[in-house]
Amino acid sequence: MAMHNTSPIVQSLPGSDDINRTVLPNGIVVLSRTNFNSPSVVISGYITAGSIFDPEEKLGLADFVAAALMRGTKRNTFLEIYNKLESVGASLGFRASTHSAGFSGRSLSEDLPLVLSLLGEILQQPLFLDEYVERLRSQLLTGLAIRGQDTAEMASLTFDQILFDGHPYSLPSDGWPETIKMITRDDLVNFHQSVYGPVGMVISIVGAVDQEQAAEQVYDVLGNWQKEGQIQPGELPTLEPLEETIIRHYEIPGKSQSDVVIGTTAPMRKSDDFLPASLGNSILGQFGLMGRIGDVVRERSGLAYYAYSSLSAGIGPGSWEVSAGVNPGNIEKAQNLIVDELKRFVDQGISLEELADSQANFIGRLPLSLETNAGVANALINIERYELGLEYYRQYPGKVLAVTPEDVLITARKYINPDLLAVATAGSSVSI
Amino acid sequence: MSKNLTKTVLPNGLQVLLKEIHTAPLISSWIWYRVGSRDEVQGRTGISHWVEHMQFKGTPEFPASVLDKSISRDGGVWNAFTYLDWTTYFETMPADKIDLGLRLEADRMVNSNFDPEEVTSERTVVISEREGNENEPLFLLGEAIQGAAFRVHSYHHEVIGDLPDLQSMDRDDLFQHYQNYYVPNNAVLAVAGDFETQSMQSRIEELYGSIPKREQHPYPARQEPDQRGEIRLSVEGPGETAYVQAAYRSPAAAHPDFFPLTVLDSLLAGPSNLNMFSGGISNKTSRLYRALVEKELAVGVRGGMQATIDPFLYSITMTIHPQRQPEEALNVLDDEIKKLHDEVVSADAVARAIKQAKALFAYGSENITNQAFWMGYAEMFADYDWFQTYLEKLAEVTPQEIQRVAREYLVERSRVVGIFVPDGKEAV
Repeated sequence: MAMHNTSPIVQSLPGSDDINRTVLPNGIVVLSRTNFNSPSVVISGYITAGSIFDPEEKLGLADFVAAALMRGTKRNTFLEIYNKLESVGASLGFRASTHSAGFSGRSLSEDLPLVLSLLGEILQQPLFLDEYVERLRSQLLTGLAIRGQDTAEMASLTFDQILFDGHPYSLPSDGWPETIKMITRDDLVNFHQSVYGPVGMVISIVGAVDQEQAAEQVYDVLGNWQKEGQIQPGELPTLEPLEETIIRHYEIPGKSQSDVVIGTTAPMRKSDDFLPASLGNSILGQFGLMGRIGDVVRERSGLAYYAYSSLSAGIGPGSWEVSAGVNPGNIEKAQNLIVDELKRFVDQGISLEELADSQANFIGRLPLSLETNAGVANALINIERYELGLEYYRQYPGKVLAVTPEDVLITARKYINPDLLAVATAGSSVSI
Repeated sequence: MSKNLTKTVLPNGLQVLLKEIHTAPLISSWIWYRVGSRDEVQGRTGISHWVEHMQFKGTPEFPASVLDKSISRDGGVWNAFTYLDWTTYFETMPADKIDLGLRLEADRMVNSNFDPEEVTSERTVVISEREGNENEPLFLLGEAIQGAAFRVHSYHHEVIGDLPDLQSMDRDDLFQHYQNYYVPNNAVLAVAGDFETQSMQSRIEELYGSIPKREQHPYPARQEPDQRGEIRLSVEGPGETAYVQAAYRSPAAAHPDFFPLTVLDSLLAGPSNLNMFSGGISNKTSRLYRALVEKELAVGVRGGMQATIDPFLYSITMTIHPQRQPEEALNVLDDEIKKLHDEVVSADAVARAIKQAKALFAYGSENITNQAFWMGYAEMFADYDWFQTYLEKLAEVTPQEIQRVAREYLVERSRVVGIFVPDGKEAV
């Protein structure tokens, strides 16, 4: 693979000469990049207001707040906000996760000032009117009822409970029905008052707008936002490793397919282990038609429509998961095949050829993943969140090529012990 | 969106559409076959989709193990979709690598193996896919509604097919279907991206020009007779959440009424997004959201327009509020539809729908895969002109036309109403 930083493809990727990074006086970081190929603009960003702050008996509070933000402000009612957005085909939405409340939106470039202005008032002046709180509660509870019937979601949630036992990552950020019922309007107001603020906020704007002007527009709507005593996230507790393989089933009656998730921990995004783990994961369950896992479970055994592995790496400890959707009668068979593959992965490692394939894929797909405004906006957010540096994407090919099969094997052995796995299933124990 | 499109037909009947877009070093290539579940008879339902799966099982030149890896190695993405009217395969790759995608598609148009062992293994994969679908209440409801709405026409069954057919079809059935429909005279090749038209055209002629034209024996779609009265049905299943789906008859995409109905949909339920690779927008100011969700009869509502060869269904799906009954939501839907029958909507509402469509178009044009998708997709039910003049046709829609199509299509006597009745069993 001959690809150096001077190649035209690499030069077309975002870099320090075409990303504008501005820190506003109140701490908000703005990243912007111009793209006039389409008359549209994407905004994306986050505030450090995730479910990590939720009291356990009110789990889902951060998500509730994020969902309630757009239900009316001091200047615009719920209907007025959405009328302004939808009349011009624009969108804006908020969603909380463990560490942050994220937002994203898009519009034609002519409507960017409108979207930013709404973003500014929604963040600073939400009303949380009782009427909307109760309406939203019903919607959230219905969402949780639907989640409770989703075999993939419940297997994943059960997996997190096993792997991250005793750690905040074991908790679903959208909460439980009983915790959503406990949340009051005052809780929403207080959460917003204490946690939302400019410190730690990041926003990226990509599209048909001058990048310096984009930063100025953010300043216009959020530059004066000050929040005294804004609470900042504390240190994450240490994760206790599994001492034995734990298998847990979540019963959902009447389902024709079950989901299984098997796995272990993964490196943090900032760790040097991330790239070797990521390449290893590609070989294990992504490359081609879902890698080695797809080959064994789907192609050779015909057991599942989907069977793949994934690496979830963020601020804290990540997870390395193999997921499959199988007939309830085939769960054990699929589980055995997956565990055997994990054993082979850590016993024998990977071949140079397999690594070269995935390296070529990682580098070759860059232009595609950064083709859209949303793709670039997301890349800019990652640069900031994980302190990757503005030249990260241009240096990426070199970093990928530097990984060796030994690096992958060492990393795989560091994280995956086939005798210490979290195994979660969800579905009907009786075949339909 | 630029209109620099080149459209040719090779002597073997293959339609070729090329469009240069030099915004990124990428090319997206799509091959479309005019075959889908519309072309299936009872006993063979799901065959088009299963054949699509078999197309990933290799040819003598590109065995499955090679096929899987070739595209990924070059940093491309590829996939395939089977729908009511069509089956399509695409590769989006770095511009200098697209030749692989073009060669691969030319090869598997005629040389796929259909190894009996692979057929056996894929049977359980497809059944597993169906079982996954059956986990979803809205799949179960949609399948029942389609079955009730189409007694005669082959839109009767779901694309995935019926289980007994998936259990009984054999290798020869699949191979015959493949041979019948995978011919250049039944295909459209659409390529968009960073290339030079002349050289791309030459390369396509080189790769595809020698594939022989073959006579086809298409299954003639049978016209659905008029429905003479509302059909109501219910589907029971696990869960706590009830859904109601009201499916009205909608015109074929090439019919002039498709456009006023599109504006109507935008107004009633929020704009349907026909882009495959670009998300839509919210619908919180649509009439149904305000009447159903804001009034706490439902927790969600959406409409769905589909672009099809023959008349299909315009569906409105409501997720019922936990404290309400499906009938209550249905009554409100009927009130809203009656308003559309009785009152002419404002010109502003039309202008708003056009602006929404314009924005969705702009979002779709950010990505080359979506642009190439449209070139072939539009050919499946009309032609590329349909897509290029879409916004103009929406702009011509008048408030009076909206009232006319509301009265003509959104009527009780020709709709199917399906209710998903949850058994109330909570998961544990």
